[in-house]
Amino acid sequence: MTETKSGSNLEKVLTAGHFAFTGECGPPKGANVEHLQKKFQYLKGNVDCVNMTDNQTAVVRMSSLAGSALMVSQGLEPNFQMVCRDRNRLAMMSDILGAYALGVRNMLCLSGDHQTFGNHPEAKNVHDIDSMQLIAMVKKMRDEGKFLNGEEIDVPPKMFIGAACNPFADPYEFRVHRLATKIAAGADFIQTQCIFNMDKFRDFMKQVVDMGLHERCYILAGVTPMKNAGMANFMSKYVPGMDIPDSLIKRLKGVDKRDQAEEGILFALEQIAEFKEMEGVAGVHLMAIEWEHKVPEIAERAGVLPRP
Amino acid sequence: MIVADRKSLDEILGMVADKDKILILGCKGCVTVCNVGGLKEAEILAASIKIARKKEGTDIEIDTQALERQCDNEYVSQIKDSVADYQAVVSMACGVGPQFLSEMYPDHVFYPAVNTTFFGGAVQHGVWEERCAGCGTCGIHLFGGLCPIARCAKSLLHGPCGGSSNGICEVHKDTACIWDAIVKKKMETGHLEDLAAVKPFKDWRTARDGGPRRSIREELVKGNI
Amino acid sequence: MRLSYPADVKIIQVPCTGRVDIIHLLNALEDGADGVYVAGCLEGECHYLEGNYKARRKVEYVKKTLKELGIEPERVQMYNLSSAQGARFAEIANEMVQHITDLGPTPVR
Repeated sequence: MTETKSGSNLEKVLTAGHFAFTGECGPPKGANVEHLQKKFQYLKGNVDCVNMTDNQTAVVRMSSLAGSALMVSQGLEPNFQMVCRDRNRLAMMSDILGAYALGVRNMLCLSGDHQTFGNHPEAKNVHDIDSMQLIAMVKKMRDEGKFLNGEEIDVPPKMFIGAACNPFADPYEFRVHRLATKIAAGADFIQTQCIFNMDKFRDFMKQVVDMGLHERCYILAGVTPMKNAGMANFMSKYVPGMDIPDSLIKRLKGVDKRDQAEEGILFALEQIAEFKEMEGVAGVHLMAIEWEHKVPEIAERAGVLPRP
Repeated sequence: MIVADRKSLDEILGMVADKDKILILGCKGCVTVCNVGGLKEAEILAASIKIARKKEGTDIEIDTQALERQCDNEYVSQIKDSVADYQAVVSMACGVGPQFLSEMYPDHVFYPAVNTTFFGGAVQHGVWEERCAGCGTCGIHLFGGLCPIARCAKSLLHGPCGGSSNGICEVHKDTACIWDAIVKKKMETGHLEDLAAVKPFKDWRTARDGGPRRSIREELVKGNI
Repeated sequence: MRLSYPADVKIIQVPCTGRVDIIHLLNALEDGADGVYVAGCLEGECHYLEGNYKARRKVEYVKKTLKELGIEPERVQMYNLSSAQGARFAEIANEMVQHITDLGPTPVR
């Protein structure tokens, strides 16, 4: 991975061997650009790129493409998320071209939460192709300069291709194999689901390293600071695919309610410190859900500033 | 078989609210097997409607009958002499029935009494589950004999999504994650590598996406040769 | 025993309550019966193993139908008793008749 595939900042950071630090930003439930720009200010300069989520949890929001373009115009680098739930291959390819034309250089290819979790559960879902095939499609568009049908693309989109990985979903033994397929399909980098169960993640990374996957792809560990014990409890019970050990909930409950946020940040900082040393981990993806204003502080205390 | 569920009495009563002589027409095919639209269910529906109308004081005359199949014109034609006796016919067949009836008897009104749901089978007495999505290009053998197109909520082709937990689908706690089952079967039989490659992009032209479909058996079509 | 039970009850004998079908219960109501009840064997003592359980499920189905139609579901009941419980039989008949009398005549006429 010496020559750059996309020229994105994230790619440059990773290929130069720096420990990457990426952030996340949910677009507004509306066309409130001001609100979005306010969030951008907390992230600017503190992370290498920012994920712009695509109707996350199947709740309708401003499109991730528009959000990504707004980010570009504000001088931030977006990681444009795309789910397979809402678009067929035509819409996907056209949005990928559109995103590239608007200056987007990173993409994250996802299946998408099922629409029954969202605010329009009556909707028809698409799933024309799945996340694995989306990765392969973006790669084909970039490397071969061709559409899925084989037709030439007039100025192909050079995207740095990302994919997700949830080591905490079942069946656990299969997760590393699924990751391997994503890498084979063309993923340049991986952002994992929020990690809370460190024991399990250590074991997972050992498998990754044993299979040499970390040498074929950059793996960014997902970190979400808990705001309080209630959030931990809620995520543990209601968010699919979350593995939150009782010990963490206990730890948060163990301090005064006013101090739970600080305790949550402390846990996140401990995680980041460990990830910096963990074999196979190339960076951290910080998902400070509706807590963007804490990102500068977390980045500072994690010792990842200034960004390269 | 094709599985269906009966519509609510309210909805059916609404359909025939202004009628006082109707035929409830069952089908002896799939809907008889899944206990929703055979002669027995037609009679139960007729009795229920009659009770409702008697209660309102607006009696209704209802005959019941079940055709061998409502998806075959040969049988649909069997009511040609009697259909005019009724102001409306309530079909208890799958969605095919009311259409074959409407096509053969364009001057008459046909109402569906059931909601047609899926292709499936009985997993226990009284419980039916979906097994096939009718996508037109069967690849069940590639997935350990279990179809992810029909049985994965996201029709994934490369393993369970991040919401699979303890063999249960994230969408519904009573639904098994079919990818969990596929993966386990491949592991047990030592064929996990079958799942490693990226599958070809599915050609949905053979599914409903390609427009209404048609099957032709040349050897059966008269006048072909 | 010479126990008496109300003359309002018309008995229809079946070999086993498993033979009772939804349509029989509905037809009785359709024809103007104010109430219908099924007297099956004690649970667990069906000679055919589960006839009385099947009957109970059918009674439940009819209750649901009546509810949908805005008719008191209590007009249909399931009872379980053994053939040796003559006194219980009379008691149930009285109970059911009282119950239906309280509900008043059927709205299905």
